[in-house]
Amino acid sequence: MVENLAGENSTVDAPHAQYKSEVRNLSFYYGAFSALKNVNMMLHEKKVTALIGPSGCGKSTFLRCFNRMHDLYPGNRYVGEIILHPDNINILSRDVDPIEVRMRISMVFQKPNPFPKSIYENVAYGLRVRGVRQRAVLDEKVEEALRGAALWDEAKDRLNQPAYNLSGGQQQRLCIARALATDPEILLFDEPTSALDPIATASIEELITDLKDKVTILIVTHNMQQAARVSDYTAYMYLGEIIEFDVTDTIFIKPKNKQTEDYITGRFG
Amino acid sequence: MRDKNLGEIRAIIARHKLWDLIFMIVGIFALMIAVLTFMALFAHMLIDGLPRLSWDFFTSFPSRRPGSAGILSAWVGTTLVMLVTAAAAVPMGIGAGIYLEEYASKNIITEIIEINVTNLAGVPSIIYGLLALSLFVHQFGFGQSILSAGLALALLILPVVIVATREAIRAIPVVIREGAYALGATKWQTVSDHLLPYSAAGILTGVIIGLARAIGETAPIITIGALTFIAFLPPSPVKAEFPFVSFEWLMAPFTVMPIQMFNWVSRPEEAFQINAAAAGLVLVVMTLAMNAIAIYLRYRMRKNLKW
Repeated sequence: MVENLAGENSTVDAPHAQYKSEVRNLSFYYGAFSALKNVNMMLHEKKVTALIGPSGCGKSTFLRCFNRMHDLYPGNRYVGEIILHPDNINILSRDVDPIEVRMRISMVFQKPNPFPKSIYENVAYGLRVRGVRQRAVLDEKVEEALRGAALWDEAKDRLNQPAYNLSGGQQQRLCIARALATDPEILLFDEPTSALDPIATASIEELITDLKDKVTILIVTHNMQQAARVSDYTAYMYLGEIIEFDVTDTIFIKPKNKQTEDYITGRFG
Repeated sequence: MRDKNLGEIRAIIARHKLWDLIFMIVGIFALMIAVLTFMALFAHMLIDGLPRLSWDFFTSFPSRRPGSAGILSAWVGTTLVMLVTAAAAVPMGIGAGIYLEEYASKNIITEIIEINVTNLAGVPSIIYGLLALSLFVHQFGFGQSILSAGLALALLILPVVIVATREAIRAIPVVIREGAYALGATKWQTVSDHLLPYSAAGILTGVIIGLARAIGETAPIITIGALTFIAFLPPSPVKAEFPFVSFEWLMAPFTVMPIQMFNWVSRPEEAFQINAAAAGLVLVVMTLAMNAIAIYLRYRMRKNLKW
């Protein structure tokens, strides 16, 4: 991996066409508390970008700005922009409906959170929300999504069984399938393996690596090795700010910032 | 502990354990007062009333002769009033609960409303009776009818249903709600596809507990002027000719179980006391059965939903 990416340093400064999204001067407030301070970065199209940093540094808060999750709770405020390409709209704008944003940007949560419904209904739910009624279309999309999440072989014979019958790792892959079924432009992962055992974690990581051909991925992880394994770009965050953002190998091998280096080498955090 | 020998340590433990014992005895005593009082009452009713229970008792109207008096008009009245109460309180209570939990913005006004809803549960039931008397009986002109009584009791149990709805919705893990919203669901889609189905058992439990409370209420029903002696049934809700259903019964005069009991208890003849005990037995069994259903549903809900 180190060798593969060694020469890609220049992509950080590539033209806008390669960006799926650009974050400009983003600050975020929980009431009076400023959780994000003037964040600037970009998501490269069909690449995996990882957010690392100590607990409470704002990485999950940042991730949840991308699907306007904070709109669900009172007293939250965004300042700045997250531009979504190619249509060049600011998804944080008051004029943009958060539901529209969530229809384009899917999310996988920290703890597997399947609905207490069947496996099939879990995957189909995003499509039902979008008004898809025809059984044939649903069947096809559900299969495609389950295949995409590497769950089809295990689930195809029990699509009508409750999702809770699946193991933790399978449930998380089901949640990934559910997020994939609606063909999102960006897929957000909020520490997707923190509730899983090492084997399930490995399968999720493999899946993330496979998925980046199809979709732009932003992943929050508390596990630095995971960031090193799955991501192309990494941002190190601390106290609501992005301390350093670069190609993953640069961050892990020759970080420019002393703070980043201390965190990576385990002297801090 | 080096300075104390084993004998001293054991003495200290024994002294401290004495308090465990004392507290346990006091606790059991307190519990027994509550449980035994009810048991004694129930047993007394059972001994007095059980021999009186027969098919005729359920199918006879009240009468001046205690031997041929029955509770037909009372249990039919209670059933119909409960029907009105449930039909009014369930949609209103669930709607209000969902609104407060999912739609209302959290500000000072909703906070005041929330405190009020909680306090409403503690308002004496006769106050609801007075409200119903002036509002339903006189203002709306429903008269001293099943409709007025049902609506009065609906107001009475509304807070119970609202609180139960909110608690059942709040018991759903936040990640399930967020999971639905993250897929692009609107509030109503989240409510109707997820929150309501997952909280249905909890809400139902609250509704049943509310109805179990309403079924024994006497004060508000007396206040709006239910009759104590009724020897006829309300018009049937089902008809032979089109449109087959009739709502005339809503406006009919009525009596309910607790009032029938009250009427019999206030008679001087011994035989009527036995009738009262039998009616009381029926009422208590109805209430206990409803609570049992609620407990069973709660158990089922916890078993089926593991988050």
